[in-house]
Amino acid sequence: MGNMKLNLKIWRQKGPKDTGAMKTYPVNDVSEDMSFLEMLDVLNDNLVRKNEEPIAFDHDCREGICGSCSLFINGEPHGPGRGITTCQLHMRKFKDGDTIHVEPWRSAAFPVIKDLAVDRSAFDRIQAAGGFISVNTNGNLVDGNALPIPKVDADTAFDAATCIGCGACVATCPNGSAMLFVSAKVSQLSLLPQGRPEAKERVLNMVEQMDKEGFGNCSNTGACEVECPKGISLEHIARMNREYMVAGVTKK
Amino acid sequence: MARSALLGSSLAKKYWMALTGLFLSIFLIAHLAGNLQLLDMSPDGQLKFNEYAKFMTTFPLVKIVSYVLYASILFHAFDGILLAIQNRKARPVRYVHEKSSANRTWYSGQMALLGTLIMVFIVLHMKAFWYEMHWGELGMDSNGNKDLYTLVAVTFTQLWYVVVYVISMAVLAFHLLHGFSSAFQSLGANHPRYTPVIKSVGVFFAVIVPIFFALIPVWMFINA
Ligand code: SF4
Ligand code: FES
Repeated sequence: MGNMKLNLKIWRQKGPKDTGAMKTYPVNDVSEDMSFLEMLDVLNDNLVRKNEEPIAFDHDCREGICGSCSLFINGEPHGPGRGITTCQLHMRKFKDGDTIHVEPWRSAAFPVIKDLAVDRSAFDRIQAAGGFISVNTNGNLVDGNALPIPKVDADTAFDAATCIGCGACVATCPNGSAMLFVSAKVSQLSLLPQGRPEAKERVLNMVEQMDKEGFGNCSNTGACEVECPKGISLEHIARMNREYMVAGVTKK
Repeated sequence: MARSALLGSSLAKKYWMALTGLFLSIFLIAHLAGNLQLLDMSPDGQLKFNEYAKFMTTFPLVKIVSYVLYASILFHAFDGILLAIQNRKARPVRYVHEKSSANRTWYSGQMALLGTLIMVFIVLHMKAFWYEMHWGELGMDSNGNKDLYTLVAVTFTQLWYVVVYVISMAVLAFHLLHGFSSAFQSLGANHPRYTPVIKSVGVFFAVIVPIFFALIPVWMFINA
């Protein structure tokens, strides 16, 4: 059984309209082998037993691939540690007696639904605005392997494609900017021949949607790159800046 | 849409911020090169500097460039304020506990504040010299040129003025420390081979240029 005692300060908010506040919860019997989410499960279990409302937080795969989990832990998205999501964060990162602050992602574009759960559908709308390629499905498909692609481009596109859309980049950015996410989605397609025909509209439409959603403006602090669980590079933001400029100048 | 792509969009604001910022950086080099003449505090140095000041305020080509410069300063400031306001709006509820030191330098997150301080300095600086040179009552030197040199020398006998200048140059250094390489990133210039070079040049520029600027009032104060 666990041997750590922790003092949690957690954001509680009944619904989108509620103002919300930080509330303190002591938790005992935390094992250092638990993930952060399992520790919250223990706390919620205690709350339910006491007939209190459990804390709402997002999670799904619990193995760092779906992008559902979030949480701003001790001032950083996905907590301390690099290249991991909150579900991959283990309690051994903390010490017995620690006070841990847990807050939801803060962004005008990610309104709080309840407690620690926020609405990230703004990302879906940005994707829908251009994060796709149009292909025939009538049987005349071109074999993807028949297209020569330089290894470096394929690797870079793949790196961009590892973005799981968690929103940590927005959460940590002092400007609440979504540039790292959007640039990863733009790069992933524009680096490959299949993505080129629609490249100009794609970058123009996705940036337009990004601005509409109310995300802030990138000022190149680089905080997103440090906190991104998938190590998405700022190089993609520069690529998007280039593509957008060229598209803006040359689009008819 | 193509219109807003190059004017109104979030990326467009960054492009203009970067372009005006880089132009202002080039201006700093030219301004510094001219002003280093002030370090020569002999009577001959005084005449030469006044001659130079006359050239800089009357030669047509320099005048045109100076209008572009004024426009750039105003645009950079205006665009910066606009960005800062929008970025504030993007996070209406702030974090209770935020550990920004974990992922960014303090100055990269304070560009608007640093920029505002620089703007205050520019107003002070232009009132002291630029305004006086154009519309003030300046004496004449033995060559019959407006004696800007003496005004500068007298101004820098006041300790508080020298202190304000040195502090302002420190502020400028931090603004440039982030701003220089940031401008290249905004314009899409990021490459594994060149970005490290741009970053090193940026640090060198951000340190050397303000140090030399600050040297002028300090030197003139000491040697007064
Ligand atoms: S870029 Fe990184 S931090 Fe941003 S959504 Fe994608 S995986 Fe998450
Ligand atoms: S729950 Fe799927 S990434 Fe954390």
